[in-house]
Amino acid sequence: MIFLNQILQGLFLGAYYALIACSLSFLFGVMRIINLAHGSLAVLAAFLLFVLADRFGLSPWLGLIAVVPVMAALGWVLQVLVLERSLKGGLLVPLLSTFGLAIVVDNLLFEGFGADTRSLAPAIGDLAFASWTLSDDVTIGQLDVIILVAAITVLGGLQLFLARTRLGRTIRATAEEPEIVGLIGIDSRAVYALATAIALALAAIAGAFLGLRATFNPYSGGMQLLFAFEAVVIGGFGSLWGTLIGGIVLGIAQNLGAFITPHGFLIAGHGFFLAVLIARLYLAPLADRVRRRGRKVVAA
Amino acid sequence: MTEAGPLLAAAGLGKRFGALVVLDAVDFTVGAGEAVGIVGPNGAGKTTLLNVLSGRYAPEAGRIAFGGEDVTALDVASRCRRGLARSHQIPRPFGGMTVFENLLVAAEAGAGARARAAERRVLETLALCGMVGLANRRGETLGLLDRKRLELARALATEPALLLLDEIGAGLTDGEARGLVEIIRAIRERGVAIVWIEHIVHVLVQVVGRLVCMDAGRVIADGLPAAVLRDAAVIDAYLGSAAHVPAHG
Repeated sequence: MIFLNQILQGLFLGAYYALIACSLSFLFGVMRIINLAHGSLAVLAAFLLFVLADRFGLSPWLGLIAVVPVMAALGWVLQVLVLERSLKGGLLVPLLSTFGLAIVVDNLLFEGFGADTRSLAPAIGDLAFASWTLSDDVTIGQLDVIILVAAITVLGGLQLFLARTRLGRTIRATAEEPEIVGLIGIDSRAVYALATAIALALAAIAGAFLGLRATFNPYSGGMQLLFAFEAVVIGGFGSLWGTLIGGIVLGIAQNLGAFITPHGFLIAGHGFFLAVLIARLYLAPLADRVRRRGRKVVAA
Repeated sequence: MTEAGPLLAAAGLGKRFGALVVLDAVDFTVGAGEAVGIVGPNGAGKTTLLNVLSGRYAPEAGRIAFGGEDVTALDVASRCRRGLARSHQIPRPFGGMTVFENLLVAAEAGAGARARAAERRVLETLALCGMVGLANRRGETLGLLDRKRLELARALATEPALLLLDEIGAGLTDGEARGLVEIIRAIRERGVAIVWIEHIVHVLVQVVGRLVCMDAGRVIADGLPAAVLRDAAVIDAYLGSAAHVPAHG
């Protein structure tokens, strides 16, 4: 039963990873940019929520109503001022510019807030630790359930938005053929700005849950980026449902690692990530060959 | 279109790539509902002319008016939304989207159609291009002919007043090209003006009412197809000694 509980807790942790990874996955899917500032921007949102809660007594849930649009606007500006220019410079330049942005954000936060570790948990009272006890070994945190529901809602909502709405189709068309969409009347720069705004709104939601379920300081962004990146890679870059599964698998791997040895948490997660990466490198050509053979059979 | 003037009027277009002059003071007009063919040897500047008209390249000299409005400074997307569409020689469908979605996004973005109106536009276009049966196929699963038809249909879904076609017949068999010609003729009958670059002259003259011949960045002949194909300068520059002038031009 303890084992079952570890898997269950891993599932909930993984739902958080999926939440923080979906922005990264989305932005890569649309613009082929790996946003290395993603973790830092999520932490920035967490600090904004912290200020609203600390100074004005605003609950983080209500704070999100203000912070999500602010982050979305920041995303728009980021695209117009930084990413649009970076994209013209090839694959490496966006990596460098977002990496630089991460350093700037981290150090501005350090200037503003110092090195203290904060949390949004005090702002939500009992919910931070309230739980349901299913048996002696299995307990379910209420906040964890909220995070799982939020992850499924956000990823599912994003998927529906892309599949079913006019704006979603415009984004998909631009993601596939950015140089062609002008021919059907789409301004790809406006679409990219919209996509970056959505990505940062998603980062704001992720930042809120980071602050609610754990602690953060100005330099927490790097670790969050790493977890998000691992979840995205495990699930397959650019696939949103894959990202949800990738996050959950990563969370379970980490929790099982911690179950085996107290220091096994990070090692198990990174190890699993590497195993998936290597397996994909070796298995991809094999799978490709099988697929091609399958196609030949169909054609024959 | 209520303006008395031509649908498209380009005057004095100049474009160079480095030292190479690709367009040299080109004047070009298209009337509403008119179909114009452009022929000329490789490197004559035909595709560059389409790229300048569509807004992909900015000309160094000259002005372009479309529907009575100066569009010289507008980008491709803005011109498309005003009714100036272009299809490419090498089709680039949105591979991960269905044929229906390919057209739907074009109708929504290019024609500004919403919901039911956009879907109606897509269904009409699918019927016109004979692609109803392919509506749910993903773009990347189509063969060359169907990709070409999709490229044409997608441009058409933006509800253009003028359609620029770049060698849509290239790489097709005669039979396949004939099918495309039928579609283009049907498009023309709906009042859409067409500017069509094509090397397969006997296919071209079945549709167009006017032919323009370019050479070395200039327009060297402009008029009825039969007259242009008999023009001494055209035979010299383009058709050469092996010229085969169709009698039924």
